[in-house]
Amino acid sequence: MQSLYLLVPLAPLAGALLAGLFGKTIGRAGAHTATILGVAVAFIASCVIAQDVIVHGNTFNGALYTWATSGNLKMEVGFLIDPLTVMMMLVVTFVSLMVHIYTIGYMQDDPGYQRFFSYISLFTFSMLMLVMSNNFLQLFFGWEAVGLVSYLLIGFWYTRPTAIYANLKAFLVNRVGDFGFVLGIGLVAAYFGSLDYATVFAAAPGLAGETVSLIPGIEGSLLTIACICLFIGAMGKSAQFPLHVWLPDSMEGPTPISALIHAATMVTAGIFMVSRMSPLFELSETALSVVLVIGAITALFMGFLGIVQNDIKRVVAYSTLSQLGYMTVALGASAYSVAVFHLMTHAFFKALLFLAAGSVIMGMHHDQDIRNMGGLRKYMPITWITSLLGSLALIGTPFFSGFYSKDSIIEAVAESHIAGSGFAYFAVVVGVFVTAFYSFRMYFLVFHGKERWREGGHAAGHGHALAAAHVSHDDGHGAHKDAHGHDDSHAAAKHDDHAHHHGLGPHDNPHESPWVVTLPLVLLAIPSVVIGYLTIGPMLYGGFFGDAIFIAETHHALAEMAEAFHGPVAMALHGLGTLPFWLALSGVVVAAVFYLKRPDIPAAFKARFAGLHRILENKYGFDDFNQWFFANGARMLGAQLWQRGDRAVIDGILVNGSAGLVGRLAAWVRHGQTGFVYTYAFTMIIGVVALLGLWLSL
Amino acid sequence: MVTSQLPLLTLAIWVPIVFGLAVLAVGRDAAPSNARWLALIGALSGFAVTIPLMTGFDTTTAALQFVEDRTWIPAFNIRYQLGVDGISMPFVVLNSFMTIFVVVAAWRVITSRVSQYLAAFLIMSGLINGVFAAADAILFYVFFEAMLIPMYVIIGVWGGPNRVYAAFKFFLYTLLGSLLTLVALIYLFYRSEGSFQIADYHMLPLTLNEQILIFLAFLMAFAVKVPMWPVHTWLPDAHVEAPTGGSVILAAITLKVGAYGFLRFSLPIAPDASHELSGLIIALSLIAVVYIGLVALVQADMKKLVAYSSIAHMGFVTLGFFLFEPLTVEGGIVQMISHGFVSGAMFICIGVLYDRMHSRQIADYGGVVNRMPTFAALFLLFAMANAGLPATSGFVGEFMVILGAVQVNFWYAFAAALTLILGAAYTLWMYKRVIFGDIANHHVEELQDIDRREFAMLATLAVCVLVMGIWPAPVTEVMHVSVDNLLHHVAQSKL
Repeated sequence: MQSLYLLVPLAPLAGALLAGLFGKTIGRAGAHTATILGVAVAFIASCVIAQDVIVHGNTFNGALYTWATSGNLKMEVGFLIDPLTVMMMLVVTFVSLMVHIYTIGYMQDDPGYQRFFSYISLFTFSMLMLVMSNNFLQLFFGWEAVGLVSYLLIGFWYTRPTAIYANLKAFLVNRVGDFGFVLGIGLVAAYFGSLDYATVFAAAPGLAGETVSLIPGIEGSLLTIACICLFIGAMGKSAQFPLHVWLPDSMEGPTPISALIHAATMVTAGIFMVSRMSPLFELSETALSVVLVIGAITALFMGFLGIVQNDIKRVVAYSTLSQLGYMTVALGASAYSVAVFHLMTHAFFKALLFLAAGSVIMGMHHDQDIRNMGGLRKYMPITWITSLLGSLALIGTPFFSGFYSKDSIIEAVAESHIAGSGFAYFAVVVGVFVTAFYSFRMYFLVFHGKERWREGGHAAGHGHALAAAHVSHDDGHGAHKDAHGHDDSHAAAKHDDHAHHHGLGPHDNPHESPWVVTLPLVLLAIPSVVIGYLTIGPMLYGGFFGDAIFIAETHHALAEMAEAFHGPVAMALHGLGTLPFWLALSGVVVAAVFYLKRPDIPAAFKARFAGLHRILENKYGFDDFNQWFFANGARMLGAQLWQRGDRAVIDGILVNGSAGLVGRLAAWVRHGQTGFVYTYAFTMIIGVVALLGLWLSL
Repeated sequence: MVTSQLPLLTLAIWVPIVFGLAVLAVGRDAAPSNARWLALIGALSGFAVTIPLMTGFDTTTAALQFVEDRTWIPAFNIRYQLGVDGISMPFVVLNSFMTIFVVVAAWRVITSRVSQYLAAFLIMSGLINGVFAAADAILFYVFFEAMLIPMYVIIGVWGGPNRVYAAFKFFLYTLLGSLLTLVALIYLFYRSEGSFQIADYHMLPLTLNEQILIFLAFLMAFAVKVPMWPVHTWLPDAHVEAPTGGSVILAAITLKVGAYGFLRFSLPIAPDASHELSGLIIALSLIAVVYIGLVALVQADMKKLVAYSSIAHMGFVTLGFFLFEPLTVEGGIVQMISHGFVSGAMFICIGVLYDRMHSRQIADYGGVVNRMPTFAALFLLFAMANAGLPATSGFVGEFMVILGAVQVNFWYAFAAALTLILGAAYTLWMYKRVIFGDIANHHVEELQDIDRREFAMLATLAVCVLVMGIWPAPVTEVMHVSVDNLLHHVAQSKL
């Protein structure tokens, strides 16, 4: 079994290396075959391991090799295979496999085809190393490695200014999170003397009362500070307020990675990490409150921003931010299993929504503005149905997967009594309406109503929608474009022209995407509908996670929910009569009225509340502030330090100044070197007199 | 003391020097390829003789190994005494290894006075090995000073337009500290009743005042070499004017000599002063990390940017040393080795661009990836290593120092960890402006991707960077016992 553990990450790595280093040799078909094979192997192996863990209870915790030792600290690379890990492994490998297949269709004309496959397989490897880790060091490895691949993929179309701005921004904002994360790891290492999960978690209760004094005179709980530092890492990776700013911009990357990295897997790493660290977080009420409040702010306020977006991918991106906020709220309410449960259901339906959005984008010839769409259900039936299912899951329709997870979060917050839970409850309940509204606003604008692209005069001014220009030049991989042709003869849709112009002409008809695109949609739609119904019992109330998640006895939200739980059917039926359901329904109805029947109402709202609208359009001003304060501020400071510190003071006064002093001294001394004998004689006499005087005085 | 059959350290020092002299003798500008091949053979032989140092190294002892001991100047009891421990051995190997790259990097680029150029590097390589291998203080001092001469010549002769200013600045800066060091050594000679053996000084009881004065004298020499803030301003000028090979050796090796001096002289000879003044060194180191990081951000010249980033990275080294934890000291040494690979590679990358475009201004570039995809991929790896990405060597040392710093003082770690943000910001922002984007101008349009020679150099360094990032244990194993011994020594008061 242990060699199987190793196979899970290494198979995608092998695929990535093949496609990345030998992409020219193996060609397009070779690249996607190798990488899909690698991920498929990882998925199958994960299934076998999952069965072994769940059915036979064979968990594993062991080192692979010693990375380095120093002092008393042993740093290792190793695996921890428990129910939490296998669930993540299944989600990651399954979604990754779907995205790999989908990419064959989505990227078929891109000159960077092999490179793309190499990156997404490398990502899968990194993410698997992250979730399978048994220690903080390897967690951080995976953590930064997924960040690297995210950087590479957001900037995949590296000639687009918006893309290379977005990837740098994403990397730097994540580094801010990692800054906190590394300090958190440092505190753990300093006080626990180990980076191994099991050792640290076992020792955690003993250190619950430990205090440290960071500011002289003020004692703080060690675990609170350590947990908040670790959580800052999660805020970066999982895009929590105020480190959320990178995620909307990451939509510059190709759509498959938006689904894989920026919806289903990488951004949930923070949620996974906090769940993994539950034995630490449970010991600090303060840290949990921070988690709860940050999550609540993200859940509600990022949802609002989804309402005003017109780029199809950005709507989904803000929805992701908001849902990540929901998961974080669950963490803060000590309902870790609920957070991870929502992580799983969300991975399926959000990957589905992103991939469906990508399918729409292909159908629209790379126009991403939903104001130009409408009525697509006639032309893209599979995309339409799967999108509808995904949206219903997202808004929490009873019996759909999202219902079980989201309703459980709301319940958990209702049962939580830590500081901030009142606000969090308000946020997640209001968020239900907001989610339903923006989701169905997009759904109606895209799939129903008038076929607005026929009206001509595309809604202008959305630079991101236009920026979808594929790199058309040869970047070294693209040379095989012609040699290998399209590997997929089933690809009915011809997108050959989409590099040249964007959007549909008034007389064009959009058409459904090829099967490599629609198959993943269907395969993702199935779990989006049923996975919650099937798994809520064991995952939340059946002790599925076992020892992987620890909950303090004083936090009994989940225990109380367990008493009220009488099976998934009863829960769904009960859900029909609760506030969240009616809020969601009204959100859908309002969206239908606004965007199908009476488009004048939202227009009037926009005019009436122009100020509010502008705040939302400006995303509360975070981007402007960060650009002004951090980016420009750092550059200004750097320039000042350089010009004034290095150049004026150190070089100007100290270095050149002392050189100048020596020069002036020499010039002055030179006056003595006149060449006239009397000068020397006179100097000699003075010298002799001086020496004599010295001698006599002694 | 462990002795060996072959005088390996003597070979490590003199093989490159003899080859250097031979290159000087045979080389004519009319037939530069003779000089090139001879220099390459010299560099490879120089590296080959250091391999047994690695393979035959005993990691269980802190004593000097491969010891050679002969009388040199009997009147002053000065000895030709060589030996390496777990701290110095890696640098002898690293230095000999990097010399190969200097020779290869110069292959097509240096076309005037080829033999003198290559000879200067080979001779310098031998002298630097002497610095790391010397167990006698005067022998150390002679090598320490002698290595300045070839470097001075390299910058002054093959450098850029402002080379004379840079060479003088370099020379004067470093000379100032050196003179004080000599005074300190002579004082120690009398104080120890006639010994120049460094090991004797380690045992020598000294008063706190004596220690502080000696510490400050050494500090002047070593701080300039590292370089530490505020005596760092020679480095960016020297780098900008130096040819690629000069920058590689300057960054990869020469800076390490200063940091090595702290470990061999300052800490063990003046342990109480080291503790007394550690606050000062830590403050200077953290200023280097943060202040220099910000300065690096606004550089318009790629070489200056990497030069400033070197100073910031070396700040981690001195920070690690003066926290006196095994984790931080080893982290500092690992950082030194890693920085050898990474900064060497960064300067080679910039050299690759400079050879084609004859500009180091970031503003003259843009969209290089469109023409040089292989180069862009390798450059990205080194840029990421420079930004301390895990699984590259650049991560290991920084991580160890930060982790160890938390144990000592959370705020030290806090300031040091800012490098995660700053390092990524200045490196990747430069990378973005140079590599990504549309083709900026017709010069970029005409760029050719790296040839086999350049690829071989960068790929080899890439392997080093990755292997050391994925499995640094072999490197840390080598130094454990020596570092433990050193720290044990530093913890014992001499008062």
